Amino acid sequence: MSLIEVDDLRVKFMTRKGIREAVRGVSFSLGRERLGIVGESGSGKSMTARAIMRLVPRPGIIKANHIRLEGVDLLDLPEREMRAVRGRRISMVMQDAKFSLNPVITVGDQIIEAFLQHNRSTRAQARQRALEMLDAVLIRDPVRVMRAYPHEVSGGMGQLVMIAMMLIAGPKLLIADEPTSALDVSVQRQVMGIMDDLVRDRGMGLLLISHDINLVAEFCDRILIMYAGRIVEVCEAGRLFGARHPYTRGLLNSLPRLDQRRSRLSVLNRDPAWADAPGVRG
Amino acid sequence: MRRESGVRLPALEIRGLNVWFGSGPDRVDAVRDAGLSVVTGMSFGLVGESGSGKSTILKAITGLAPNWSGEMKIGGVALSGIKRDRNFFRMVQMVFQDPYASLHPRHTMDRMLSETLHLHGVSDIEFRIASLLDDVGLARRFRFRYPHQLSGGQRQRAAIARALAGKPRILLLDEPTSALDVSVQAEILNLLTDLRREYGLTYLMVSHDLPVIAHMCERLAVMSQGEIVEIMDTDTLRSGRPSHPHSVELLSASSAP
Repeated sequence: MSLIEVDDLRVKFMTRKGIREAVRGVSFSLGRERLGIVGESGSGKSMTARAIMRLVPRPGIIKANHIRLEGVDLLDLPEREMRAVRGRRISMVMQDAKFSLNPVITVGDQIIEAFLQHNRSTRAQARQRALEMLDAVLIRDPVRVMRAYPHEVSGGMGQLVMIAMMLIAGPKLLIADEPTSALDVSVQRQVMGIMDDLVRDRGMGLLLISHDINLVAEFCDRILIMYAGRIVEVCEAGRLFGARHPYTRGLLNSLPRLDQRRSRLSVLNRDPAWADAPGVRG
Repeated sequence: MRRESGVRLPALEIRGLNVWFGSGPDRVDAVRDAGLSVVTGMSFGLVGESGSGKSTILKAITGLAPNWSGEMKIGGVALSGIKRDRNFFRMVQMVFQDPYASLHPRHTMDRMLSETLHLHGVSDIEFRIASLLDDVGLARRFRFRYPHQLSGGQRQRAAIARALAGKPRILLLDEPTSALDVSVQAEILNLLTDLRREYGLTYLMVSHDLPVIAHMCERLAVMSQGEIVEIMDTDTLRSGRPSHPHSVELLSASSAP
């Protein structure tokens, strides 16, 4: 059985100019695999992730035939039960740890709180688990990091702390929304690698959202390409460079490459028809 | 100015540059003994991780770094202190990473450009605004728009138009496309390529993105912890043969083919 099944997801916002749909009929399923969503800003990729967590900000409206997590439709759950799903069964790593962590609470206390939120346990046990978790994300000196405040850790370490916090309750699915976009290129791969190992070791599902098509191709099994609120192409990560949709091809061609010298980069010419034409499978 | 026959004069020359912040035990040496030279009409890249000092070099050139020592020359003329005169700003302009942060939120494109042109002492402002907008590929209808009414790519075009207002010879580009989507990045990079050819501009470009630097520049310097560890031709980078271990590491961290 799939971990997550999304059928005809729509996210709508009422604006003064009428209804605007940020996500327009997205369907996919995700098992214990690594699924990537690639798209440009405004394509609806983050909104899709937030809708799964039912975290679309007001006045946004989520509509779907169903969003099932291991067979249970999340749209039917009362908010109280939904709160138990978040963190415990699905958790989410966002782009910048600086904005996601509480600046006036130590890193250790925040991880402990995340654990106690979902587990009956003593504080001493929770502390022990937090240390183990920091160790699992390959932080060398977990005792020191526990005592640090978020501004005292580097960007890369902050993101590892977030990953530790998000995995401590043992969720089935990790949603990572641009998890390394705010990091230096040199640490991006390191952080992705650590996250990837943990997700695989624990047999979890990963939904990786990014604008970086190369990063997604490297760390995912399957890729969804979104454009204007819809999935325009689905392809195996290994076959990305054989993608067929003109939008995907355009994205790939607009990147400068080290192995080719070109005097000008090809520019993506957007075809209004892409917004409504059926998607392709590669 | 000394001009050797057959050798093109460097537009920009830096020798033994040190930049530091703070003093005493809090002193941070952001750039140490950096040296580079960019020939007129060429494009030179600075790469390295954040905190390696690449943007600090641009700041030192523009007079935004309070403490520096060493030698910096623009078109053969040595810079000193942190004051830069009008001639300097006519010669050198800068384009920043985040166009939203570098444009005045309550000034229209028209006001921003006319103010800049006025400061440069240009008389036919009306005409120049129109031609600047043409240069950067912004349609005339954007002339009276505010920054928030433009997309990220259009904003960066506007920032480039402002930089071009005084007809500079050298552009300092600080991560000019890293805040943009890849398809928009391609448009802006093409624009910068066209402008360089058309006006014979010299670029000093900072980026963490090796393929972008390889596409835009003929030569590049790799920086690490404030020092330039290697200067090479882009071809050396493309063929995957940089010599310094740090450059090799940087190349392997870059996923792009």
